[in-house]
Amino acid sequence: MNGARVLFDVPGPRARRRQRIGSILGALLVLGLVALALWRLGSNQQLDPNRWSILFDPASNVPQRLLAALVDTLQVAAVGMVASVVLGALLAVGRLSDHWWLRVPVTVVIEFFRAVPLLVLILFCFLYLPKVGISTSPFGALALGLTLYNMSVLAEIFRAGINSVDRGQAEAAYGLGMRKWQVMSFILVPQAVRRMLPVLVAQLVVLLKDSSLGFIIGYMELLRTARSLVEYFNSLYGDTYTFQLYVGAALMYILVNVLLSQLAKLVERRTAQNVKTTGTAPLDVPGGVPALTGQVTGTV
Amino acid sequence: MSFLVDNFTLLRDGFLTTLSLALLSGLLALLLGTVLAAMRVSPVLALRGLATFYVEAFRNTPLTVIFFFLVFGIVYIDLQFPTKFVAAVAALSLYTAAFVCEAVRSGINSVSTGQAEAARALGLDFRQSLTTIVLPQAFRTVIPPLGNVWIALAKNTSIAAGFAVTDLTAVLSRLANANGDQILAVFAAVVAAYLIITLSSAWGFSVLERKLAIVR
Repeated sequence: MNGARVLFDVPGPRARRRQRIGSILGALLVLGLVALALWRLGSNQQLDPNRWSILFDPASNVPQRLLAALVDTLQVAAVGMVASVVLGALLAVGRLSDHWWLRVPVTVVIEFFRAVPLLVLILFCFLYLPKVGISTSPFGALALGLTLYNMSVLAEIFRAGINSVDRGQAEAAYGLGMRKWQVMSFILVPQAVRRMLPVLVAQLVVLLKDSSLGFIIGYMELLRTARSLVEYFNSLYGDTYTFQLYVGAALMYILVNVLLSQLAKLVERRTAQNVKTTGTAPLDVPGGVPALTGQVTGTV
Repeated sequence: MSFLVDNFTLLRDGFLTTLSLALLSGLLALLLGTVLAAMRVSPVLALRGLATFYVEAFRNTPLTVIFFFLVFGIVYIDLQFPTKFVAAVAALSLYTAAFVCEAVRSGINSVSTGQAEAARALGLDFRQSLTTIVLPQAFRTVIPPLGNVWIALAKNTSIAAGFAVTDLTAVLSRLANANGDQILAVFAAVVAAYLIITLSSAWGFSVLERKLAIVR
């Protein structure tokens, strides 16, 4: 039911007028709420330009600290992305193996790490590993936790991608006398990659969002840095810049995520047009919201 | 083992807090998400735009940031949640509603065109055809993705621990910090508690899916 235009008639002149009036009233209501919030902010002197200028004033060291925090955020996300893609691919191969002694333990590993909250994994790396002699910095714990969780989600994405290739493709390749590794690497993976690319990118966006959990274990990502800046400025000037610093950090997070999401949409559109994906079925990824045509979704 | 028995009440309270966080915000997210999905297919352009904006904004914001604003940010517009628990429920449901909306909308798109056309031919208006014809069928097809959203929500409740809600994860870090030698037992117990929630939900949803699936 695409386009959803089938759900209602094209509105006539009266319905259009009614909708227009309703839209204007609704817009006024939303604007009113926004104005109310702004007015409350203004009456608390939070909209004072002098307070916001601290975000752009190099002399206050704020822009430098926030940019450094953005780099740190991207750094831990990048380490997590690379490690979880590599390990996820290996796990997917293991789960698709013909040998039960490989398939069963790999399946248990994947299902376990998918079922445990990411924050618990991160806390495990942060609190338990030092006790057994593996010292982990907040960076290490965060990167390891992100990797453990996302490798199992990505393994499922890879597996679903390979299973989405039409069965006839593998059968034909076996019929031509190829071995299993040849079927995998020459026939299945090249077709599956195109199908799973959008879902993969969407999951990497999720990984980037999850790097904000570093806030809880004290890794200096954007939110934690904003917090420490707030504490510093509060000791000097009182509660003057708190709101501005938090808003600045949050906006940076949102901006980066929106950019990556747009990239995912671009990849999705290009994949949908690619003739080489015709041999694959749309991906329904367990553990994630299924990928829809023209719509990128990922795990929550 | 005796250590866990000694702290049983603490762990049980944490478990119940996690469960009620998940159930309450799951219910609210389902309601809000369905309304958003209906807005996204509605005839009124302004409603479509508003819902699309909501979904894009909340899907691209880390949950930690939403928590942060609902706990520390809204005091600057002179609002405050009565307790941290309520703030956590609000953050989780606002965030999850965006994903519920996308799942339900995918279900609406999967209902075949003929159903809506037939409904309109019978003279049903938008609200009637959506609530009596399309949504009941859509919900059946979106049970697996909704199940995934729910399980993700149950896991996301752990973030509330960072904002002074004593859920399972908060109990975990409190016990782990206080008793360095029992840390593994604490982790095992908390992980088991989470697995009880996630694995049983996964099982429940697969039963529900089999029971309600529409054979086409």
